[in-house]
Amino acid sequence: MEAILDFIGTNMDMIYIVVLSIFLGVEVISNVPAILHTPLMSGANAIHGVVIIGSIIVMGHADTDNYLALILGFLAVVLGTLNVVGGFVVTDRMLEMFKKKDK
Amino acid sequence: MSFIQQHILEIIYLIGSVTFVLGLKMLSKPNTARRGNLIAAFGMTIAVVGTILFHKQDGEPIGNLAWIFGGIAVGTIIGTLMAKRVKMTAMPQMVSFFNGMGGACAALISMVEFDHYLALHGGASLMNGEILTMLAGLLIGSVSFSGSMIAYGKLEGKINDFIFPMQHIVNLLVFAATVGVGVWIMVAGVEASWPIYVMFAIALFYGVLFVMPIGGADMPVVISLLNSFTGIAAAFGGFLYNNPVMLTGGILVGSAGTILTILMCNAMNRSLTNVLIGAFSAKGGAGGGDTGDKTYREATATDVAIMCSYAQQVVIVPGYGLAVAQAQHTVHELEKVLTDKGVEVKYAVHPVAGRMPGHMNVLLAEADVPYDKLYEMEEINPSFPQTDVVLVIGANDVVNPAAENDPNSPIYGMPILKVTEAKQTIVLKRSMRVGYAGIDNELFYMPKTQMFFGDAKDSLQKLLEEVKAV
Repeated sequence: MEAILDFIGTNMDMIYIVVLSIFLGVEVISNVPAILHTPLMSGANAIHGVVIIGSIIVMGHADTDNYLALILGFLAVVLGTLNVVGGFVVTDRMLEMFKKKDK
Repeated sequence: MSFIQQHILEIIYLIGSVTFVLGLKMLSKPNTARRGNLIAAFGMTIAVVGTILFHKQDGEPIGNLAWIFGGIAVGTIIGTLMAKRVKMTAMPQMVSFFNGMGGACAALISMVEFDHYLALHGGASLMNGEILTMLAGLLIGSVSFSGSMIAYGKLEGKINDFIFPMQHIVNLLVFAATVGVGVWIMVAGVEASWPIYVMFAIALFYGVLFVMPIGGADMPVVISLLNSFTGIAAAFGGFLYNNPVMLTGGILVGSAGTILTILMCNAMNRSLTNVLIGAFSAKGGAGGGDTGDKTYREATATDVAIMCSYAQQVVIVPGYGLAVAQAQHTVHELEKVLTDKGVEVKYAVHPVAGRMPGHMNVLLAEADVPYDKLYEMEEINPSFPQTDVVLVIGANDVVNPAAENDPNSPIYGMPILKVTEAKQTIVLKRSMRVGYAGIDNELFYMPKTQMFFGDAKDSLQKLLEEVKAV
């Protein structure tokens, strides 16, 4: 228990980021028109692909003879990239269709 | 030297975080949306490149570069191909699929890190924040992965709703078991890594159970919710690595996704709990089975063409059938021909028409239908009494009057397009089959309604020919 409290204490600045980001996320999209719900969801989907950075770090310090870690890490990099690249490309395709109708 | 790199990386992460906020902000306005997406993609790229170049773990740079570049190359090729090839109608399940990939990625990271942690600090107490964030990331990531795959399968029509007695209790028990294994791992301080794989398996199973009973029509809400789950899982990764860009990106999506989920529920006039506990799964006693003794009228293309050509106002209600038939261009053609004849044509877009909110808007935009012809439900509903002809194209549940007058109906309470108030309604449909919610539609048997059977594109094509000939 003490260790967990300690963890919270040493990560206080991160916790501040979390709390403020929650409010920011709510504010940023609260006025979105219904027509953009799908592209916005898709764009947000691509953004959480940032988890790929975690997979790169995991891969980066995996021991070269630990095949389980290498294989799982490699899989993580592939899946994370799928999330990022697929997410942004799909969103762009959706939004491409709105392009010509700027008023 | 190395701490200069450290600072460069910190600045890159700061820029990355800002682009995510900016990107989301711009994505919520029609004229900046596309640029917003590109800005976020740019931020993501520099964050990834920066990590590979400058990240140091205990003074060691990123190793195994061949594996990393290989993984990125494979992911980029597959991801681009899938995203480029997918049909506009299949967009929702594509988003769900990519979301699942992110969830799985978060879960894998946790498993590898746990294993790594045991190798470094074998035998030490596991009651600490690092293990807690790993387990939390694993739990949420796995649920998001298996849940998204089930949602994907349901939208593809490969998986049917599956309900068994006491399901909610079973679900609750499985969830408790997942958390239980996690608590046991921490309290008992396990020395082998197999318990985390057990936890992974149970969490996957829970994700399946979580989405299984939820009706297909509610999938968009579920996808949006799972999307915010993956965001939170990514944020746990940020905690684990003290990585601000993962943290801000993840939490932003987590909170924005939750709000988006609630907005979608509001559009259907339902609460999130109602969706999750499943009003649709409550086997509505209404409708179904008794179609035999009710009669409907069938119209021919000529009838419909004449009605539309001499009308003053025609309202088109697009639905999933239009999307499946890829008839958006034909419908736009029809709208132009009618407008040339002096008919006022409007589109009535129900917030959840299609398989996802905004689905119809994307589709009609593809066919160059001007924005100002699209009306949202609240705007168009008052004008139905002055409407001469309503063309319902492949929509069903969103025009089902049972939502207003049958308290036993599973869709009771959902706001609908009040097409019954119009003078004439033509329903373009392939057959008398029920819609996605699986219930019968009283509208089809009303005296003011006529049915025009066939694939939406073929029917519209015939109609178009006839209208030109009138």
